[in-house]
Amino acid sequence: MARKDLLDIVSLERGEIDRLLDQAAPFKELFTRSVKKVPALKGKSVLMLFYEASTRTHSSFEVAAKRLSADVVNFDVAHSSITKGESVRETIETLQAMRTDFIIVRHRNSGLPGVIAKLTKASVVNAGDGAHAHPTQALLDAFTIKEKFPEPAGRKVLIVGDILHSRVARSTSTVLKKLGVEVAYLGPGTLVPRVGPEQTRRFTNYDEAMAWGPDFVYLLRVQMERQDVQYFPSVREYHRLYGVTETRLQQIRDRGLYIMHPGPVNRGVELCDAVMDYERSLINDQVENGIAVRMSVLYYLKPESGEA
Amino acid sequence: MPLTLNEAEIAAGVSRIAQSIRDKTAGAPISLVGIRRRGDEVAERVLTLLAEDDDRELRFGVLDISLYRDDFEHLHENPTLQGSEISFTVEGAHVILVDDVIFTGRTIRAALDALADYGRPAKVELAVLIDRGHREMPIQPDYTGIRLNTHRLDHVLVSLTGTDGVDAVEVVEKPSP
Repeated sequence: MARKDLLDIVSLERGEIDRLLDQAAPFKELFTRSVKKVPALKGKSVLMLFYEASTRTHSSFEVAAKRLSADVVNFDVAHSSITKGESVRETIETLQAMRTDFIIVRHRNSGLPGVIAKLTKASVVNAGDGAHAHPTQALLDAFTIKEKFPEPAGRKVLIVGDILHSRVARSTSTVLKKLGVEVAYLGPGTLVPRVGPEQTRRFTNYDEAMAWGPDFVYLLRVQMERQDVQYFPSVREYHRLYGVTETRLQQIRDRGLYIMHPGPVNRGVELCDAVMDYERSLINDQVENGIAVRMSVLYYLKPESGEA
Repeated sequence: MPLTLNEAEIAAGVSRIAQSIRDKTAGAPISLVGIRRRGDEVAERVLTLLAEDDDRELRFGVLDISLYRDDFEHLHENPTLQGSEISFTVEGAHVILVDDVIFTGRTIRAALDALADYGRPAKVELAVLIDRGHREMPIQPDYTGIRLNTHRLDHVLVSLTGTDGVDAVEVVEKPSP
């Protein structure tokens, strides 16, 4: 069955996840060639519709699309008629008339990419919607973990930080559970949901969480710009309680654990400077793998406009 | 279903390819590049035969042409990507592309594009186990194992031990309307 859109992880079947991840490896191998580009999406257009700022995800998708030879159009939302009150539907009808094949959407409202997907024949990829989902981040995280453990079932991932507001935590833990990986949350009581996916352990104490024996410590970004409501007393307090300090880095090194972070990193908050030089930090791998996984996603989806 | 070619006939086809490569290239360094799937297995078998020669420099690679196809628009689902494995320098090499069957020539067209993205070979030739005719591109093999007369709509089904567990070739005729 061909899939038109990628909106979340929940609706992906195990077979599709395996295929998307397996296929990312040969895409990653292309990066070592002198010609990094392949003609698979030649003549196709990819439209970037980012209602929310994001330099990393935006450029990752753009590089992925260009390495597949697609044409990339940036729909500059900040300067568009959307600020003049144009509705999403009107915008999509305009885009439909442009006959674009793929639309990459980021929006602060959960579910908006799904609405757009129903309105258009183009394939829609959710690049993050509210606190709902960020499926390509989840897939690149799973791919990064599988590079270290090709059979990841039974491995343990500790996700640290603001679980409550994090679409990364939601999507990444969903994909990892589908692969049989155990997931636990660690964070301030105000930011770790009491209800949520079953069989997810919840910790509020760092040492207790480490005693659980994780293989990966996955640090979420503290979203400074969303701290209009105070969920923890101060940034220093957060770093002291949940951050990877130099003392904790030594413990992590002794145990041979991997560190992951979706970026961009707030140094001195989620982690100390020394983590950037830690040999088992996978943060840069995640960036490179993001391009390969997004190429795999774009190559996998089939827009309706492409049917003969 | 009657077997068109059996194991021995396939083996004879492979050694015919190896012999013609020997006759023409006289011990020169050769890079054999098999096209997924099954072209890689044919290439391996040819390689094994050529390796019996003394002092010949041989390299081996595998090409996945999925990303270079010209028929994405007509496919319901894109083919699963397995990836290429070319660890030698293509620049300046004498490459022989190897595939199991040549039909329209479109696969080879795609393979030439894919190969070019690895570098500029000194020379590219083509070896096929089976030439079934009906070309749609100006592409012809330099080394052919077996020629089969087929109708354009027939299916030529190649099975090779490494991929399918058995060596056999069947031609399935188009069902009469």
